[in-house]
Formats: sequence, structure tokens, C-alpha cells
Amino acid sequence: MKNENLYNYILGVADNSLILGQRIGELCGHGPSLETDIACTNVSLDLFGQVRSYYQYAAEIAGEGKTEDDIAFLRRERQYKNVLLVEQPNTDFAYTIVRQFLFDVYHLLFLQELQNSTDETLVAIAKKSIKEVSYHERFSSDWIKRLGDGTEVSHQKIQEAINNLWTYTDELFHQTDADKAMVAAGIGVDVTALKDAYYAKVNSVLELATIAIPESKWFQKGGKEGVHTEHLGFMLSDMQYMQRTFPNMEW
Amino acid sequence: MMIPQIDKQLQSILAQVSDPEIPVLSILEMGVVRAAQIVNGIVEVVITPTYSGCPAMDVIGDDIKKILKENGYDANVKLVLSPAWTTDWITEKGRKALLDYGIAPPLEAEADKDVLLGSKKLVGCPQCGSTNTKMVSQFGSTACKAFFQCEDCLEPFDYFKCLK
Repeated sequence: MKNENLYNYILGVADNSLILGQRIGELCGHGPSLETDIACTNVSLDLFGQVRSYYQYAAEIAGEGKTEDDIAFLRRERQYKNVLLVEQPNTDFAYTIVRQFLFDVYHLLFLQELQNSTDETLVAIAKKSIKEVSYHERFSSDWIKRLGDGTEVSHQKIQEAINNLWTYTDELFHQTDADKAMVAAGIGVDVTALKDAYYAKVNSVLELATIAIPESKWFQKGGKEGVHTEHLGFMLSDMQYMQRTFPNMEW
Repeated sequence: MMIPQIDKQLQSILAQVSDPEIPVLSILEMGVVRAAQIVNGIVEVVITPTYSGCPAMDVIGDDIKKILKENGYDANVKLVLSPAWTTDWITEKGRKALLDYGIAPPLEAEADKDVLLGSKKLVGCPQCGSTNTKMVSQFGSTACKAFFQCEDCLEPFDYFKCLK
């Protein structure tokens, strides 16, 4: 492959949206209320739309007749480069919305920077996606405030989800070799520079939500390098079932 | 606002294609068609999605090819993301068609933010015209809409979100 670093970089960006889109897509017909059900599937749809643009671009770079479907459905677990945060299970609505919030804040900061890339295609995708992601961020932040500063039970559930998912936040700012190469080339976003703004934003929302900010400094990582939690394998077996059972099927 | 480059003789043909999710609006009024030119006897059409995941785009592409074929043209349809679609590209006629169909057209960006945060009541009910309306959900029946309800006539309705 001519530009392997760019290819891997795009997958690193897009896999987050694919896996999170699949996770919240699982709530289709199972949301806690009709409105949240529709909201989750809408967010999922936006993410899948964005993923298609990224994968089509990656497929073009890969050449050899590769398609967006090959990339989405025919890789093995170790070949997915998403952060561990997005593959965590839905558990309950507190976990679902906290996971969404922790990712949305990052996603928005990331896309703001991606708009300054020297790669025209990535800029176009960023400019398109950012409009959608700012809605996502508003939606999840509102829910954090509403539930955190809600009843005793809702507060306790959000606090528990924050405490348990916090360990996956630091990985968002981890750089792979492909990331470093693309930053040096002016194409990629230097995620390490987003860290302060990220925690400032997250902490300000948590404060409004009367949620205590976890103090633990121990963080879990691995996803970006392809080493995932046990949850991803189960997700993929579900997600890839059709393509693997009926190879080359089309909708 | 970017003016789409559409060949005059193709205008009336493309005006017959509508967004399958909002059938009252032609794709021209929607601002989805960015260019349509005849190049060496083949129509080259450029379209752009309203939202990235808009499932209507494939159907719209097929409908464009079909209607052009019926009118004796072969066509290529290309999807572009840049410049990104904005609700400003919906024409005046299109906004009116939305309202008549029961969908409140998008407000300006600032006002849109106010209504979606619930700080101001500005969205007019397409049924009775009252602005005493409330947002039920930031997300509605399709990616481009939010769900509202009129507190006077109690009718629920869709609001086309502002996208800039």
C-alpha cells in the first residue's frame, strides 16, 4: 500500500464512530423512552454516515478493489483501532449517556482541529461531521446535567457510570505510530494538545451536574493498538454475521 | 450562498425528483443538487447530503438517473461533501412547501440555538401559527428534524433544524 500510515490513521479515526454507532444502534427499539430511542438511533445514523465517508476514502487509498464494506465487516478484532471507551456495553441508560458524553466532547474538539488538516478529503468530512456532532454533544451534555442533578437514584447512577468509565478517557489522547506520522505530515490532529480543553469541558459539565470528578489517575488503554476489552469480540460477531455467512452480500 | 450550476434544459426535469422523506420538496428546492451540466452528451450531476447518514441519498441518485433516462439522457451522479450543505440552501419556495406540509422551516442559527436549548419560544406551529410551542425531543423522525409540540392547539409537529 502506497500510504499505509494515512490508511491506518483514517481507520483509527473512523473505527471509533463505527463501534459507537453500533453500540447505540443496539438500542433501536430498546431505548428507555421513545424520544431517547429515536435520539440514539439518529446519533448512530450520523456516525455511520461519517464512517462511510472515511472508509470510502480509506478503500480508495488501499486500492486492489477494496470496498468500504470490506473495511467495516471483514477485519478481525485485533485490526480494529477504536478506543476502549466506545466498545463498552450499554449496561443501562446512565452508562450509555456517560459513554456518549465522554466521547462527544472529545469528538467535537477533534473535528475542530481536523478542519485544519492539509488533506482536503479529511477537511470535507470534518466540516460536514462537526455540524452533526455539535448536536450530539449538546444532547449528551443535557442528559448528564438532567440526570446528575436529578433524583437521588439518577444522580447515583450517573456517578457510578462516570466512576467506571473514567479509566477509558485518557486513551483518547494516546498516539499510535500512524498518528505521530500523520501529525508530522500536517494531516493528522495532535490529540495530546486536546487533553486540557477536554477535561476542562468535561469537568465543567460534571460540576453543573453535581457529579464528583473521579480522582483515580489509573487509566486503561490498548484499543488504539488493537488490544481490546472482551466486549468487542461479541459485538463484532453480531455485526459481521451477515457478511461472513453470505460473503459479498449487498443490501 | 453558493448558486448551483444547473443547465437550463435540465431544470424542469430535476424539479420532478423529490426527497423521498419529504415528498413535497424537490431536490432543487432542497439545495441538494449542486451542479447539473451536459458534458459530451452525458449529464454530470453533483449532489450533496443534508446529513452524512442521510439514507435518502442513494434513492435520490437512482431517481435522478431514472428520470434523466426517461428524458433521453445518460447521467452520472457524484456525491460531494464539500462545501457542506446548510439549511440556507433551502429556497424560499422550499421553506413555504415545508410549512404547508406541516414541517416548521429552520430558523436562523442564533434563534435555533435558543429554541433547542428551550430558552425561547420562536418556532411557529405549522397548524395554527402560534409560537407557544415546546421542544419534545432534539431528534425527530429523520436526522434533519427535531420534534415539537404546540401548546395551544396541542398538535405535535416536526421542526427542520438549522444547519450552518
